[in-house]
Amino acid sequence: MGTERPLSPEARSILNAGISRRGILIGAGGLGAAGLLASCSSGGGDTAGAENIVRWGNWPLYLDFDEATKTYPTLEKFSKQTGIKAKYFEDYNDNDEFFGKVQAQLKLGKDIGYDVVTPTDWMAARWLRLGYTQKFDLANIPNAGNILDSLKSPSYDPNRESTLTWQGIMSGFGWNTEKNPKGIHTLDELFAPQNKGKIVVLTEMRDTIGVILLAQGVDITKVTEDQFMNAVDFMAGKIADGWIRGVKGNEYAEDLTSGDATAVIGWSGDMFILSSENEGKFDFAIPDSGGTISGDNLLIPSTASAIGKANGEKLINYYYDPAVAAEVAAYVNYVCPVKGAQAEMEKIAPELASSEYIFPTEKTASRLHVFRSLTPAEETTWAKAFQQAQGN
Amino acid sequence: MKVSLPKSRVPYLLLFPGFAFLFTFFILPIINLAQTSTQTPVSGGDTGEYEQTFAFSNYVHAFLDNREQFARSFIFAALATIFALTIAYPLAYAIAFKSGKYKNVLLVLVVAPFFTSFLLRTVAWKQILGEEGFLVPTLRNLHLLGQQTTVTSTAFAVVAGMTYNFLPFMTLPLYASLERIDPRTIEAAGDLYANGITTFRKVTVPLSLPGVVAGTLLTFIPAAGDYVNAAILGSPNTKMIGNVIESRYFKIVDYPTAAALSFTLMAAILILVTLYIRKAGTEELV
Repeated sequence: MGTERPLSPEARSILNAGISRRGILIGAGGLGAAGLLASCSSGGGDTAGAENIVRWGNWPLYLDFDEATKTYPTLEKFSKQTGIKAKYFEDYNDNDEFFGKVQAQLKLGKDIGYDVVTPTDWMAARWLRLGYTQKFDLANIPNAGNILDSLKSPSYDPNRESTLTWQGIMSGFGWNTEKNPKGIHTLDELFAPQNKGKIVVLTEMRDTIGVILLAQGVDITKVTEDQFMNAVDFMAGKIADGWIRGVKGNEYAEDLTSGDATAVIGWSGDMFILSSENEGKFDFAIPDSGGTISGDNLLIPSTASAIGKANGEKLINYYYDPAVAAEVAAYVNYVCPVKGAQAEMEKIAPELASSEYIFPTEKTASRLHVFRSLTPAEETTWAKAFQQAQGN
Repeated sequence: MKVSLPKSRVPYLLLFPGFAFLFTFFILPIINLAQTSTQTPVSGGDTGEYEQTFAFSNYVHAFLDNREQFARSFIFAALATIFALTIAYPLAYAIAFKSGKYKNVLLVLVVAPFFTSFLLRTVAWKQILGEEGFLVPTLRNLHLLGQQTTVTSTAFAVVAGMTYNFLPFMTLPLYASLERIDPRTIEAAGDLYANGITTFRKVTVPLSLPGVVAGTLLTFIPAAGDYVNAAILGSPNTKMIGNVIESRYFKIVDYPTAAALSFTLMAAILILVTLYIRKAGTEELV
């Protein structure tokens, strides 16, 4: 995930009032902003310990939300079951931005206001590297074993001792079916004449460059700096020649609906929602040459108190219950990391149980690749090259 | 000379809140920024770890790497200022001299955009200029716009957005100085057989210059550092220096370059403004 720019959510909700589901989604984004303000004004939420609470910072629109009651049903159930009050902040808008916000406190060992946070793989790796996390007490998380085999041992946490996947994110090609009736399955089809000047790619470096690299036949689990820079040059060329219109975060979805974009490198969950809102006007596919998959991870900051940590573990355990995971997946439409959730989904939304977007089959999963982790030095130089290619 | 001591302290007491505020929220951050701007990465350190090495070469690299965006920022800001002046002058003139009883209503209308957020208005522009908005299909049907030509993601959209967003900052000072003109000076010009155009050229314009100077400064300075319009209405080919600073800070986590760029931008604006005020004369500002 990478909601890029903090575009005033009220703005979007008003402007998109006509667009059904988006409107709802964006409305909820407003809560995110409110959460952010709340957490700022109180110096990052209340301190756990005095009360039986758990404070969770997550990306916007990333948890089942009931419009009618303005509550998060699964979170409410968690509180009822455990007696732990959950404070939910939808203020994780950008990996770097969030890190910038809490880094100083983490360094000083001062409470950052969260007992659970949800960084993307590469950022979770950074937290681990810097010692900003706490190891799980797995006795509190018996459901941890439910994690999909493919997610069991990432390079940054081989035994899943400090992190567990929240949702998986596929990236690939998204397109307007009216302009691209045959669909987009290769990079050449993306850069087809009808899409000239109307292509938007993701600001998430590992996804955009990952998809390009895969199309160039590069193994992204072993990519070298030369290969990476070569792909960045390819993108820069397409920007200079006027093929690529913009490099954006979640806003690419609005460009698709407004007609400003006809083809994108985008995320499965967004495309799924767009497609269902617009009667099949949009579609998504994993490129023939392969797509990228990454995960957002639940982890406990080093600054969480003992109670906060224990409550955080109970929260994580709760969301690794297949029935709960299915409920979340039915709302967010991203790749569900929990074994057994598919069977549970049959009970609540059978049409989603067969969705490749939520429960990729083994064949699909084999076409998704994980970008290798970068050293701190690479992180800086590669990000710089990627930013400069987009005019920054 | 019987000034009592407490009285002489009054000016300082009055200045204190403003000074304390500026010291905490302007001077201290500026000092911090200056320190950051000459740091270099800790060797073997993690992303975002920097140490002080007084690397003034940061400034050279920061400037050379981003000459294009610097130039673009000043060109866009200058264009937006000129367009805003062209639109705002007749507007302010009409409100000051020709609006009669509607004067207050019109002034409220000038300020009205401030009731909504800056971002909201810019996003609205994106919708207006978008492919499926009202404007683009209409212009295409009238054959005023090519079928493949788009409006958003162009320099035109960015400059137009900036012109719109900063228009009130231009209009209000212009109005204030036009409104202050003593009508007798205009009558006197008539008495001396000056026609309308000559009166405007020789009396109204010179007397409204303080408004022009204030308005252009209030438009140009924020426009040069603006990144919202370029981010929302522009493309990768229209990025301004503000976008670079944002990306250096949040995306690349290269704090020293972001700080050096901020300082360079500040210095550049300061120099341009100083030259401008020198030329225009400081008394015009009052």
